[in-house]
Amino acid sequence: MATESAAHEIEQRPEPVSRPKILADGVMGMLLFVFAEIMMFAGLISAHRIVRSQVAGEMWPPYGQPRLPVQETAVNTAALLVSGIVLVFAHLAFKKEASRARLPILIALLLGLFFVGSQGAEWVALLGEGLTIQSSTYGGFFYLIVGAHGLHAIAAILALGWASFELYKGRLTGSQLATVSVFWYFVVLLWPVLYLIVYL
Amino acid sequence: MVEATAEVWHAQHEVHEHHGPQGVLKYLWSTDHKVISMQYLFTGMFMAVVGGFMAYVFRMQLAFPGSSVPGFGIVSPGEYNSLVTNHGSIMIFWVAMPVLIAAFGNFLIPLMIGADDMVFPRINRLSFQVFFISALVILGSLFVEGGGFGGAWTAYPPLSAKGVYNQTPLGATLWLIGVALEFVAFLLGGINFITTLMNARAPGMKAYDIPMVCWMIVIASILFMLSVGPLIAGAVMLLFDQTLGTGFYDPAMGGDPVLWQHLFWFFGHPEVYVVMLPAIGITIDIVATFARKKLFGYKLMLYTTVATGVLSFFVWAHHQFISGIDPRMANVFMVTTLLISVPIAELMFVIIATLYGGSIRLATPMLWALAFIAEFLIGGVTGIFLGASGADIYFHDTYFVLAHFHYTFFPIAIIGTFAALTYWFPKMFGKMMSDKLGKIHFWGTIIPFNFIFIPLFVLGMGGQHRRIYNYQHFPDLAGADFQRLRIIATVALLVMLAFQLVFFYNFIRSLLRGEKAPKNPWNANTLEWTTESPPPHGNWPPDQMPKVYRGPYEYGRPDRESDFWPQDEPA
Ligand code: HEM
Ligand SMILES: [Cu+2]
Repeated sequence: MATESAAHEIEQRPEPVSRPKILADGVMGMLLFVFAEIMMFAGLISAHRIVRSQVAGEMWPPYGQPRLPVQETAVNTAALLVSGIVLVFAHLAFKKEASRARLPILIALLLGLFFVGSQGAEWVALLGEGLTIQSSTYGGFFYLIVGAHGLHAIAAILALGWASFELYKGRLTGSQLATVSVFWYFVVLLWPVLYLIVYL
Repeated sequence: MVEATAEVWHAQHEVHEHHGPQGVLKYLWSTDHKVISMQYLFTGMFMAVVGGFMAYVFRMQLAFPGSSVPGFGIVSPGEYNSLVTNHGSIMIFWVAMPVLIAAFGNFLIPLMIGADDMVFPRINRLSFQVFFISALVILGSLFVEGGGFGGAWTAYPPLSAKGVYNQTPLGATLWLIGVALEFVAFLLGGINFITTLMNARAPGMKAYDIPMVCWMIVIASILFMLSVGPLIAGAVMLLFDQTLGTGFYDPAMGGDPVLWQHLFWFFGHPEVYVVMLPAIGITIDIVATFARKKLFGYKLMLYTTVATGVLSFFVWAHHQFISGIDPRMANVFMVTTLLISVPIAELMFVIIATLYGGSIRLATPMLWALAFIAEFLIGGVTGIFLGASGADIYFHDTYFVLAHFHYTFFPIAIIGTFAALTYWFPKMFGKMMSDKLGKIHFWGTIIPFNFIFIPLFVLGMGGQHRRIYNYQHFPDLAGADFQRLRIIATVALLVMLAFQLVFFYNFIRSLLRGEKAPKNPWNANTLEWTTESPPPHGNWPPDQMPKVYRGPYEYGRPDRESDFWPQDEPA
């Protein structure tokens, strides 16, 4: 450091060898993307909190709007969290021998599908009870935030599905799996936060 | 051994279809960062012409209200609103960002760090394609039924949220979609820039050996990526309000219109630094090269910039002092706003200190760089008046604000771009530009620029509000002395626009008949000057990828014969 700031000193450096790399390219790109996504959800959450705080007498849900199914969704939440843990095991297995990751990845995928499916069923039920995106800001934020997460969950399922296909073909690399998993973990870890804020 | 590493690294990149399509497709479907840079550059230049034409039309309306504008006709109030809205949106999102960040970022980052391409070439291509579609959407929105969106580039609801208010339901929605697509393009681009700078630097290039302009573009990309999320969230809510009948911003339905202002400016203020930083980086590199002097305080500058970036997330509500926010909050944001002028001033001082004692060569790029400092300072200083919440009660939404941000944006988007174009033109196109024509164009741009906007400061202090179609309808503002100032501004704009023809002439003439550019016409240190002009595909022959032995600003060392010391020259 000191040599660099002294303007006219000649700094002796060892002959450079390789390009410095911080993380695998794909993982780094995905992390950056996830940061932008976190900020987007932060925007949605703060909008939700601001609008909610302005409702007279904190009537939330507002009069005449159904309550959200807190318990049923707790089951979904648990399923999604378990899928994240299973994916961690998939990673460990992949490090030992790639093909051993097949089963845990499949389980994670199925848990993800279960989550999306039961969230969908929940939407149908709520629509039947009169909660729509126009019926109130309560409904608006519910469908907006949960829907945004749902789209991410579907994207994560597609990505992991692709990874599992590549794995069966024997082409999946460690950094590809890591890239996809970063996104999956994001979807998993974001959900409990949204659950707390939107449902409770 | 070292050669081998370079080769292996290059080979890895070969998979990204380095021998892509041929012919015209080569230019439309290329993943080469230089081609993508040109695509961004020429799209941005085209959009600048569109935006400039809009400015011409509405300035004519202001100076000569009600008369027919040559090339356009009579301007209706609705058209006026649409022109100012789209002028602002286009100049920021389709000119400043694509040219300063995408075009120069794409061209310079791989070349300056000694890489053969971006790390994600196909994402890079996708980024331009999405951007191109966004440009088509915004241009198309001007011609749909009802006309282009006219609710100002800030798109405040309720005006922007309801077709019955803004009268341009289709234009408003297309505007929003266009902006959203543009954000997607820059998210993709930003991921590429940041990852490339972190992961693909030449062997030996440490953090403090990275040329400032690369740092600045990358820090700008980080700011963009961290600030754009909330606006995307807000934009989706606005889109739903427009099209699905939700009420996120509608008080009658329990929503909150000021919420949009927070989401917009949380992005909007960092965004001004997103475009500012690349221009400052360009200025720094040019100043060091043409002053033949080591950059004063490299690390100081880097840390200052990071500090500015952090602070820029905490000043947004200075745009909302009179939107009904809590006065205590206004005080907090006043303090942060005044604080942020300190690092900006510091950046300026560092550049000036670099000039001190240098042996300055006043070539065209250097003139632009010096003009950037002089003019941008006026913009920065007037920002301090606006940041004082008491003064802003009066100044808000007057032409003082407008003049303030044109004294920042014009130096950034126009002066900065011309500085960069004249400096890197030899590398980009392999030809030298005419210095004489360049200087004529320089003075023909800088002098009228001040004649446009200084009158607008005066008008703003006189109480002239923004976004008014015809001041003759307001007795207080209709006086002859005010009108004279408006005419001065408009005439100066006409002169400035006319002088841009000199630039286009110079540009095309140099492309066709310019003197062939050597590898390193300015005797600069950074890596892009070590390859051919223009650089071949892959930038360097695979076995000659550069290695770095020192920082980028070793100019005028007393212990050396020549007054520069390229980064790749072994010690
Ligand atoms: C020294 C730093 C700066 C300070 C203290 C500052 C302060 C301010 C303040 C307080 C306003 C709000 C005025 C109002 O609406 O009443 C404002 C508006 C604006 N500033 Fe700055 N500014 C600074 C630098 C910049 C830079 C670098 C840019 C552009 C690159 C910029 C672009 C703008 C724009 C576009 C607006 C107006 C937005 C609109 O209402 O349409 N400012 N500035
Ligand atoms: Cu601001």
